[in-house]
Amino acid sequence: MSAQALEVVADGTALQARGLRKVFGSGDDATVALDGVDLDIRAGEFVTVVGASGCGKSTLLNIFAGLDAPTSGTVWTATKPALMFQDATLLPWLTAQRNVELALKLRGVPRAQRAERARQLLDVVRLTGWEDKRPHELSGGMRQRVSLARCLAQDTSIVLMDEPLGALDAMTRDHLHDEIESVVQEQNLTVVFVTHNMREAVRLGDRVILMGSRPGRIVYETVIDLPHPRLMDSTGVAERAADLTTRLKAGKAYLEGADS
Amino acid sequence: MSASVLTPNVEKPAPVRSGAGWAPHMWAWIWPKALAILLVLAVWQLVYWSGWRPAYVFPSPIETLSQLGTMVQTERFWSAMGTTVIRAIGGFALALVIGTMIGILVARITPLRLAIGSLITGLQTMPSIAWFPLAILLFGLDEQAILFVVVLGAAPSIANGVISGIDNVPPAFTRLGRVLGAGPVAQYRDIVLPAALPTYVSGLTQGWAFAWRSLMAGELLVIIAEKPSLGAQLEFARQFSQAPTLLATMLVILILGMVVDGLFSSAARSLRRRRGLEVDSS
Repeated sequence: MSAQALEVVADGTALQARGLRKVFGSGDDATVALDGVDLDIRAGEFVTVVGASGCGKSTLLNIFAGLDAPTSGTVWTATKPALMFQDATLLPWLTAQRNVELALKLRGVPRAQRAERARQLLDVVRLTGWEDKRPHELSGGMRQRVSLARCLAQDTSIVLMDEPLGALDAMTRDHLHDEIESVVQEQNLTVVFVTHNMREAVRLGDRVILMGSRPGRIVYETVIDLPHPRLMDSTGVAERAADLTTRLKAGKAYLEGADS
Repeated sequence: MSASVLTPNVEKPAPVRSGAGWAPHMWAWIWPKALAILLVLAVWQLVYWSGWRPAYVFPSPIETLSQLGTMVQTERFWSAMGTTVIRAIGGFALALVIGTMIGILVARITPLRLAIGSLITGLQTMPSIAWFPLAILLFGLDEQAILFVVVLGAAPSIANGVISGIDNVPPAFTRLGRVLGAGPVAQYRDIVLPAALPTYVSGLTQGWAFAWRSLMAGELLVIIAEKPSLGAQLEFARQFSQAPTLLATMLVILILGMVVDGLFSSAARSLRRRRGLEVDSS
């Protein structure tokens, strides 16, 4: 990630951000997408980030992924993170197997080991038997599972997920929540999961971070200590989600009041 | 989290196209074409019967087809066709190499694109026959003059195919390449070029059409004495008023062009189908 020297990072930290600011454009057209974002994520933590669209949460992930540089501030990550995109972004000319193999190839895994390793990873996401299908022959949920396997192929302990389930129907989404949770636990991953769905955030997160808009910044964060397994529609999740939604609205109202 | 989350897979995959056997498929492919040919022959016969033009300048389909039958038994015809086909392949291959190289350079290098990007599109609109006087001045009535014009006709389309193919690679794919750690070479080899392939193949199809037209124009203008070609055969048939030979040769030129175009189209179609870009149409 960023080459700048940071203060000594405590053991067990997977990701640290300090004073992140991102400005798009310049002069009168300048938009402050992110301002004053500080974040510490422990190894093995599942952090969900919630906010309205345009609050800069995708920008934040892009900066974590190294796709975008912050205007100011620093980011440190324990390893180069993998990124799961909103629409899977599988290459349509490659089979599921080859899509996973490409990630192995690009990180220098010798050719002889790629096929076997990709098969193992597709097995982790329970897609054995679907290796030779092309993306258009797979369902939306299956595509996201291939995408998850491809993240695992990057051999990193940090996975950034940018609304990966936003385009799926409710049943498939619930199913993938279980899937992601079990893979994350098996592989001992650190996850930053961005969503605009508060219940999803509460359902998955060890910790939920609320982001306000214009400029994007962290308005509130809380630890979710509900027992697992959780269900999106359980009362516990629904109550926490309702409470957080109120807080997010309050944060936004506060900001809009300050604007006028 | 507990082990109970290992739920079975309940998702349904997208329906996969089933192969319905090739024989009905072939028939569905053939009959519209057969019908079209029959219609053309019928109209031709009607015009012939109407006596619009005397038979020695406008022969009937039967006369033309029987002349075609005689023609294909002569060594001279095959030698003419050989010359034309070799010129087409040579010119197209050279245009392919040059067009692809220019296309990649222009797509990659911004100043180069500003300088000649619009020139390439402009060249595409230039009728290739307009190059011949210059080509003949430069190379004389020779093979090189034909080659020169064929390459100039086809290369801009091919270059444009490369450029628009590269331009239209979804930004998400290049972002993916960066997340996966692809360097500039790998980014091109594994992401950009494969993503640009369908557009490139359409560029090649168009390039072929231009190459074939340029070649025919060239063979009519640049007739080399000891070298029979399909174009030269047309010209001689006109000079000696051999109408059936003229029309039979035109048929050969039409069929050759269509066959090659069909090969390109079917390559493009199977490419698109494999990517799920075209569900089922043929």
